[in-house]
Amino acid sequence: MENFIQINDVYFQYEENGKDPSDKYVLNGINLNIDKGEFVAIVGHNGSGKSTLAKHLNSIYLPTTGDVLIDGMNTKDDNKLFAIRKKVGLVLQNPDNQIVAGVVEDDVAFGCENLGIHPREIRKRVYEALEAVDMYEYRKSSPDKLSGGQKQRIAIAGIIAMQPECIVLDEPTAMLDPQGREEVMSTIQKLNREQNITVILITHYMEEAVLADRVIVLDLGTVFFDGTPREVFAQVEPLKKRRLDVPQATELVHYLKGCGYPLPDCVLNEEECVQALLKILKR
Amino acid sequence: MSIIKVEKLTLVYGQGTSFEKTALNDVSFEIQSGDFVGVIGHTGSGKSTLVQLLNGLLKPTDGKVFLDGKDIWANPKKIRNVRFKVGMVFQYPEYQLFEETVYKDIAFGPKNMGMTEEETDQKVRSAAEFAGLQSDHLYKSPFDLSGGEKRRAAIAGVIAMDPDVLILDEPTAGLDPLGRDVLLSQIRNYHNMRKNTIVLVSHSMEDVARICDKILVMDHGNKKMFDTTENVFLRAEELESIGLRIPQITKIMHMLKQNGVNINANIFTVEQAFNEIINYLGT
Repeated sequence: MENFIQINDVYFQYEENGKDPSDKYVLNGINLNIDKGEFVAIVGHNGSGKSTLAKHLNSIYLPTTGDVLIDGMNTKDDNKLFAIRKKVGLVLQNPDNQIVAGVVEDDVAFGCENLGIHPREIRKRVYEALEAVDMYEYRKSSPDKLSGGQKQRIAIAGIIAMQPECIVLDEPTAMLDPQGREEVMSTIQKLNREQNITVILITHYMEEAVLADRVIVLDLGTVFFDGTPREVFAQVEPLKKRRLDVPQATELVHYLKGCGYPLPDCVLNEEECVQALLKILKR
Repeated sequence: MSIIKVEKLTLVYGQGTSFEKTALNDVSFEIQSGDFVGVIGHTGSGKSTLVQLLNGLLKPTDGKVFLDGKDIWANPKKIRNVRFKVGMVFQYPEYQLFEETVYKDIAFGPKNMGMTEEETDQKVRSAAEFAGLQSDHLYKSPFDLSGGEKRRAAIAGVIAMDPDVLILDEPTAGLDPLGRDVLLSQIRNYHNMRKNTIVLVSHSMEDVARICDKILVMDHGNKKMFDTTENVFLRAEELESIGLRIPQITKIMHMLKQNGVNINANIFTVEQAFNEIINYLGT
């Protein structure tokens, strides 16, 4: 079967106005296949190409060489632009930059209106989307009265209402408080599990990447590692060398194991960490 | 001696209109000279409003701000001097870079304070060093720097004014894990060398726990706690009830203790936890 997203040997460089493009590539030969329904986290240092890659997934950027195929459609094909953007929705870092209307339900409807959907159908989709992100009761509120986490969930609802098959989120929690981060993460997990929406999450928080099915580590525009969270976060030193980190729970167990204590290779959260440590602490 | 004293501080936005909103409600506290204070709280808890009151960017609706024992609004015409003494680094400060070279950008503040060329030069160079910029960065355009370097240049511009109090609002948002670590260590080193007062606003409990000596906790415009880092993170349940969390590593130590391991749970970094567990296992 064909993969939902295929990234074939993609190189990308920014063109500078009036100048020859420098020979510096932001993406340096990326090959990736992502299946429908996967929850993929992309991590990497600042400048590793994460956001640039994300913008290739709905034709905002086009590869300098190589191809990106979304459900078989090439992002370079002008005639497929709208079809691709209907399939792949993008959520950005700052919720305040993504809200356009003065009332929550109008804001969520904005994308659908642009797709020319019948008003009765829009109403239905907007309410369903607001329920999916647990914001239905705020449908008549003014967005500027909401918290950061709530605003970001409204931005996600606006994308879901367009019924995409895939959502790409570029650091959606960077500006949120701890509770807001948890709200957004549980919304993303729910959409992935219950509606089988493919999720691609770009994040600097390793505690969030742990929740994905698969973690892709980008380094200097190439895929440095691609595996389950447990496989990826067992690589503590290689990750640190690439300006990354592992969750504190993972790091603690890793260092203690290095001292010869019988511990697992990789724990991903505080519960696993405590269970593992209790075995050596309670002799 | 207290460098900042805040007395019954209240700020109401849009007073007398139908949009009236109390952002800060009867807040009092004192910051001692040389303190390193973290400010935490959910989005909309009043953190940013509070720090803008501290350097006179906002005028209180009620209550007073004292700097070095003097009411900062005693003579509104002199408010500019307060801003030289209390330096403010806003969120995403790199968006405020504007000069042709990094050097000129950092020099902007000292020049406006009326320093001579020679004094300015010395301030620019020492500020750049504190912020971790190399001397060849100084003659580049700020727009040719990487994201992390731009942020450092912007912070250097405030440090160059040699403020007695340095306020940083979310200085690490959007940086990769290593960028976060390096910037926090530089701020801590700057504090250790200059012995000035630092107020750091953050959503990252891990960051605040690692470098701040005291923590001010805000909730819906009210002061909820103001205490040492240790004492604040002992109140895990209260913090969770107002949308905050404790660092993962602290939570792990608390959970071990609840499971009957007689261990010191006042731990805020992986290194401290590692040492505590090694000690425990050794005895």
